[in-house]
Amino acid sequence: MNNDTFKIGGKEFTSRFILGSGKYSMELIKAAVENAGAQIITLAVRRTNTKKNESILDYIPKGVTLLPNTSGARDAKEAVRIARMARELGCGDFVKVEIMKDSKYLLPDNVETVKATEMLAKEGFVVLPYMYPDLYTARDLVNAGAAAVMPLASPIGSNKGLATREFIQILIDEIDLPIIVDAGIGRPSQACEAMEMGAAAVMANTAIATAGDIPAMAAAFKSAIEAGRSAHLAGLGRVLERGAAASDPLTGFLRD
Amino acid sequence: MAENQFFIDSDKLSEEALARKHQLETDPSSRTNHMEYMEGMEQIDSDIRQKTLTEMQAYDYSKYTERDVRMALSHETCSIEDFKALLSPAAAPFLEEMAQRAKMETSKHFGNTVYLFTPLYIANYCENYCVYCGFNCYNDIHRKKLSADEIEHEMKVIADSGIEEILMLTGESRAASDVTYIGEACKLARKYFRNVGLEIYPVNSDEYRYLHECGADYVTVFQETYDSDKYETLHLLGHKRVFPYRFEAQERAIMGGMRGVGFSALLGLSDFRKDALATALHVYYLQRKYPHVEYSLSCPRLRPIINNDKINPLDVHEKELCQILCAYRIFLPYVGITVSSREQKHFRDGIVKIAATKVSAGVSTGIGDHESKYSGEESADAGDEQFEISDGRSFDQMYGDMESEGLQPVLNDYVYV
Repeated sequence: MNNDTFKIGGKEFTSRFILGSGKYSMELIKAAVENAGAQIITLAVRRTNTKKNESILDYIPKGVTLLPNTSGARDAKEAVRIARMARELGCGDFVKVEIMKDSKYLLPDNVETVKATEMLAKEGFVVLPYMYPDLYTARDLVNAGAAAVMPLASPIGSNKGLATREFIQILIDEIDLPIIVDAGIGRPSQACEAMEMGAAAVMANTAIATAGDIPAMAAAFKSAIEAGRSAHLAGLGRVLERGAAASDPLTGFLRD
Repeated sequence: MAENQFFIDSDKLSEEALARKHQLETDPSSRTNHMEYMEGMEQIDSDIRQKTLTEMQAYDYSKYTERDVRMALSHETCSIEDFKALLSPAAAPFLEEMAQRAKMETSKHFGNTVYLFTPLYIANYCENYCVYCGFNCYNDIHRKKLSADEIEHEMKVIADSGIEEILMLTGESRAASDVTYIGEACKLARKYFRNVGLEIYPVNSDEYRYLHECGADYVTVFQETYDSDKYETLHLLGHKRVFPYRFEAQERAIMGGMRGVGFSALLGLSDFRKDALATALHVYYLQRKYPHVEYSLSCPRLRPIINNDKINPLDVHEKELCQILCAYRIFLPYVGITVSSREQKHFRDGIVKIAATKVSAGVSTGIGDHESKYSGEESADAGDEQFEISDGRSFDQMYGDMESEGLQPVLNDYVYV
């Protein structure tokens, strides 16, 4: 499995679990990162924008790639400004574009996301856009210079799993960039299924944050994601929709 | 329903003023039409008020039964009808179940975070006679308006304590605290704080835009009560008397470019179930019209004021307040809920684990007395307070207490863009 890596922005990762950090106490972040085996962790720039000495950055183990997000941005221009702040704060060049114009469902605005991706890619950012799984948008994101595409599984925080399964599968099949399933993954089995489908990685936050035991749930996700990845690489057997296959084939009468 | 005795006469008022006060209190015909906009008040084209008040007027909470409450709790998304059931007396026996559900919704949207902020009163002059408020123009209190230097000094003291979000308040006097004065205060606040909110008299959308450009991004306006007839009997004089102009304040703030708006009824003034319904629907309908905006709710209960220590929230006890907050959370899972220092420590510590997402700390509702409150040094010339607070915890105490409750205190979750 060690040779099974994926690349984003010239960096190579062996872990396919991207961990969110926004919804639980900072003391738990270290344990969660370790148990998750995560090499990428997201953080909200607006949360990092604090004077308090105790910054989230102090709790993230060294060697973990930071993926600052632009949450709070309502259009492309705001996302670009927040991304630049992230760079100034020392978060590196990776940025997850999140643009929402709906405070209720927090669904991403695909049109603005494409615009922001193009602007940020031109400024040398490694851009991972969070998007609603739409094939045309995904292609536009590729052309705009995205480093990966992050379609949502279901509304953020909902823990409802792969509600957009069919459409994510289309992106996996048609888009050459890594597809990272983001938002709505509520349990390890759903993360496993996303990986079986061929996703490059899975991102989760609320599922971990709302668990009874945060580090233990991080570990459970790690196992599930690895299992799903192994299954994908092994080649899933076919699923028979209705009962068994007929033992006497209909075409058995044909001669050479 | 029991009523508070609000009318208090000061022996410092002139005979003429006293006569005017009594006339306002006893003779409705001496009061202006509270549904009529005054000169200079912007009128916007909006159907939110009509929708909200129609629902409220038709709400008969006595017709909801245990079965309606059970159904409401079993639904994945909470409809307006479900919400009405959860606010009704029939839901009282289900308080624990409502709290469990509310906690789940809160954690889905906010994790275990709790935001901390502090209010800063910069002036207590007021042109209104709102009978329950310590700042009302007939109440004999020490009035004060901070100068720019004094504001900056207060801000330094507060910022040094660690607070990063500030809510600036004034009494409602355009004459004493005009929009430019408040705008200058916003510019100062931007130097010391990450996040600046306002709770001032309602203004027009172009004035909200100006204040936004000065650095403010959140506007809170309490409607006090959504029952316009009751409203008329409580707000006897001044621009605050104009019910529709106040109702539309948040929408004008949104039109002026503010990022977020806050709402509340003052519980204990009127029928609290109807007021809670209207408050939430005010948010609900605005959210459908302006989905990009951040919304928040508060839940103040009436408190004693200087010269009238008998004022109390009547039938809104802690259990009722908890029921309202759980119902708010289940109906509007995405809104911020603020619980102020009007409530006691045990209530605030409990409710942040269920539904609330923001609490104040290091609070003074007086004018210019943060240094004395924080350091114990006496301040010679502080302005009097709007109401008595019930939870005097400092920022550090609150931060520590929230952590020991297993929550993650957050000082800022915001960038001004």
